[in-house]
Amino acid sequence: MTLILQQLVEGLASGTIYAALAVALVMIHRATRIVNFAQGEMATFCVYLAWQMTVWGLPLYVALAIAAVLSFILGAAVFRLAIRPILSAPPEAIVVSCIGLFIGFQAMSLWLWGSDNLQFPRLFSNTIWTIADVRISANTAGMLVTLALLAGLLAAMFRFTRIGLAMRAAAAEREKSPYVGIEVETMLTLGWGLAAVFGFIAAVLAAPSLFLSPTMMLSVIIYALAAATLGGWDSPAGAIVGGLVVGVAETLGTTLVKAIGAELRLAIPFLLITLILFVRPQGLFGRSGTTRV
Amino acid sequence: MNALEIHGLSAGYGGQPIVRDIRLTVGTGEIVALLGANGAGKTTTLRAASGVLRHSGKLHLDGQDISGVSAARRVALGLAHVPQGRGTFVDFSVEENLRLGAYSVTSAQRIQDDTAYWFGVFPRLKERRAQLAGSLSGGEQQMLAIARAMMTRPKVLMCDEPSLGLAPAVTADLFVLLRDLAADRGTGILIVEQNAHLTLEIAARAYVLEHGEIAIEGSAATLSRNSEIQRAYLGIEA
Repeated sequence: MTLILQQLVEGLASGTIYAALAVALVMIHRATRIVNFAQGEMATFCVYLAWQMTVWGLPLYVALAIAAVLSFILGAAVFRLAIRPILSAPPEAIVVSCIGLFIGFQAMSLWLWGSDNLQFPRLFSNTIWTIADVRISANTAGMLVTLALLAGLLAAMFRFTRIGLAMRAAAAEREKSPYVGIEVETMLTLGWGLAAVFGFIAAVLAAPSLFLSPTMMLSVIIYALAAATLGGWDSPAGAIVGGLVVGVAETLGTTLVKAIGAELRLAIPFLLITLILFVRPQGLFGRSGTTRV
Repeated sequence: MNALEIHGLSAGYGGQPIVRDIRLTVGTGEIVALLGANGAGKTTTLRAASGVLRHSGKLHLDGQDISGVSAARRVALGLAHVPQGRGTFVDFSVEENLRLGAYSVTSAQRIQDDTAYWFGVFPRLKERRAQLAGSLSGGEQQMLAIARAMMTRPKVLMCDEPSLGLAPAVTADLFVLLRDLAADRGTGILIVEQNAHLTLEIAARAYVLEHGEIAIEGSAATLSRNSEIQRAYLGIEA
């Protein structure tokens, strides 16, 4: 039992990473119907920027704050320069563009910082608490609190602020939004910027344990894609739940089913998704595809 | 001075003009009808005027040239548009729809006052303020769409087929509302309607579009007696 609880905690910790990246994917998909495969590589690039700043002597949290702002600018710039001009192109063209961005950002990280794994500083202290025989590290707790805070902030922004409402409107009703004075493209740009910040946070949470490398986010984005599919591609709340479920399924699956082992663990979330999508094709929190006339 | 003046407006899709050289005016507090057969270019005219469709020609709102201004900016300047088939945001609550309508209004106090005002005009909307707009009846959605458009206190309100799909009694209420908006608040109203009969009753003037061009214009009273219009739009055999 203790073992299971322990694995549950570990699973939630990695789940926060998947959740944060899945939120980024869902925000972009909801607004532009694009699955941004490059989200993880863009995030890795920005974590390298943060790492570089710490090497130059900036305190870690200052470097992270600056890199978060740069992430926002990068996300917005990618939308303006690479996506907006082809927004009405066929989906295949956009997929190819996103793959291009994926390769481009990975190559840039590789070119600037090389392929060696770099040690990224821990974000939280090394303290470990033991509650009923289950060890909870400050790192795990910190990750969960970070995710909860960000999710709360995002929800509050979408719900209560003028700009949040306008971003939702631009995403849901691109045709009607100009009729109330909303500049849709501005909102989409903000959405891409904000999503890039979420991607960056996922990568920052992942970096201390995965080590910083140009391909660091490769497996993470696969889990995040699974999380978004599980939660529903139009629901940020679903992305968070999906991320946590995928994280827990991964650790519990590997522990409980010995046969799976490390090699097959990547398959677990997909098995889970296949089963859930069988029952709910739109994902746990997604809306079904019916439209009102 | 006219609230809205349109000169030489041409617009279409994919380079092919659908409406050509439209010239029309709407006075302050005046109701103007834009009539025409299906496909004559009524909706295209409104979409071009509100700037969601690229166009050539000149538009002046309260004397200010808005020809080169974006659709979103035209709303802020006081040109409101209730598009065809309900201008509501169906996945948003009634209250959120009004907040969206007030997107370009910066004064929180004014938004609060206007929300209270429209909830007073439409008690049904107040009862359902937390419900999604998509769950409202057709009539309620049309009322919400108009309240939403009025949140900017526009100088001119353009309505595209407001009676579409509504029961006759609801349509009658709607037209009374539009008449009051023009009379009490001085809002200039440009209505595109299939229901020419009712529209000509509340309109002061009307334009008739044929094949993308203004073919006839005149006072509503004159046009109601025009035998060609009676035959084509009022269902009266001369």
